[in-house]
Amino acid sequence: MSLLSKLHEAVLCLKAGRVTLPYPAQPRPAPAAFRGRPIFDAAKCIGCAGCANNCPAREILVFDVCQEIRILKYLGRRCTYCGRCAEVCPEKAITMSQEFETATNRISDLQQRLELFMSTCQRCGRCFTEPTPLEQLKLKGYRFDDLENERWVFRSQAYLSRETAVDDVRIELD
Amino acid sequence: MLKNLCQKMFGRSLWVYHANSGGCNGCDIEVLNVLTPYYDAERFGIKLVGSPRHADVMLCQGPAMRSTARALRRAYEAMPAPKLVFAIGSCACGGGIWHDSYTVLGPVEKIVPVDFYIPGCPPRPEAIIYGVAVALGLVDKKIAPVQFKQLEMPIPRYHPADLAGQGELVVYTKAEKV
Repeated sequence: MSLLSKLHEAVLCLKAGRVTLPYPAQPRPAPAAFRGRPIFDAAKCIGCAGCANNCPAREILVFDVCQEIRILKYLGRRCTYCGRCAEVCPEKAITMSQEFETATNRISDLQQRLELFMSTCQRCGRCFTEPTPLEQLKLKGYRFDDLENERWVFRSQAYLSRETAVDDVRIELD
Repeated sequence: MLKNLCQKMFGRSLWVYHANSGGCNGCDIEVLNVLTPYYDAERFGIKLVGSPRHADVMLCQGPAMRSTARALRRAYEAMPAPKLVFAIGSCACGGGIWHDSYTVLGPVEKIVPVDFYIPGCPPRPEAIIYGVAVALGLVDKKIAPVQFKQLEMPIPRYHPADLAGQGELVVYTKAEKV
């Protein structure tokens, strides 16, 4: 009896054949619902910084170099691929790709940097404000993150610094 | 150069030591998946060992934390000399989603020097195999930094040469026609 069962087991094992994936030699695409690396489209991006304000890992940094150029930097080190940035993007400029083969020996290979042109009013030289307060709330912008040190800077401060944050604003007192 | 050195030093067997310094266990499960017969990492000569003194490679999962940083450093120092460190997962690569918590020091590279990064939360088993294959020189890495630049500012006042006309009627020649 035990011999029969062993023979049966041997037949089962022979039937199974090879189960190991030939992975690095042959490609193996991810399933359709898989969220991989987010891809930023500079042509579609309007620079509203909604992705930067909603990123749970704080991996998207925004810095306004001058009135017209806003730099948006995606670092990708601790990105959890949650897809929130793609969800809040009003212009669908961020797509979650199927890319998962992102192993690298330099962590800076993962970053994406966009230079965006921000349109300003031709008369007063300032950026447009949204018509309603609700829409103004949605488009929080004007963050001054530390791009060199790749640090996210908190918007609210517990104290008020004496020096003006932006040089062009100078209040003269009597 | 690192690739040649790896191929020379490690030949075809990497003995890995699996160190979790405070992750959520997601990456551990993916690493264990890689060691199953379905993905079969042993065809690259990878074998899981229980002690860092036997290991060539340390697989780090989880961020560097206050409570485990010293133990991680000791495990790294216990490994014999030609050694590689893989940071697996978002926590080990960049500090994870709780990077600003008081218990988290940051990415693992603050404690031990990291040679290869495999991002993902958690990375797929294929991604881990891909990272090992990149380290062994079987495949090339696919990723490079991306940068978009605004080459031309579409505002007339930055391009006085493109303004045509005189007096009151000045037309910006490159303006898009409606």
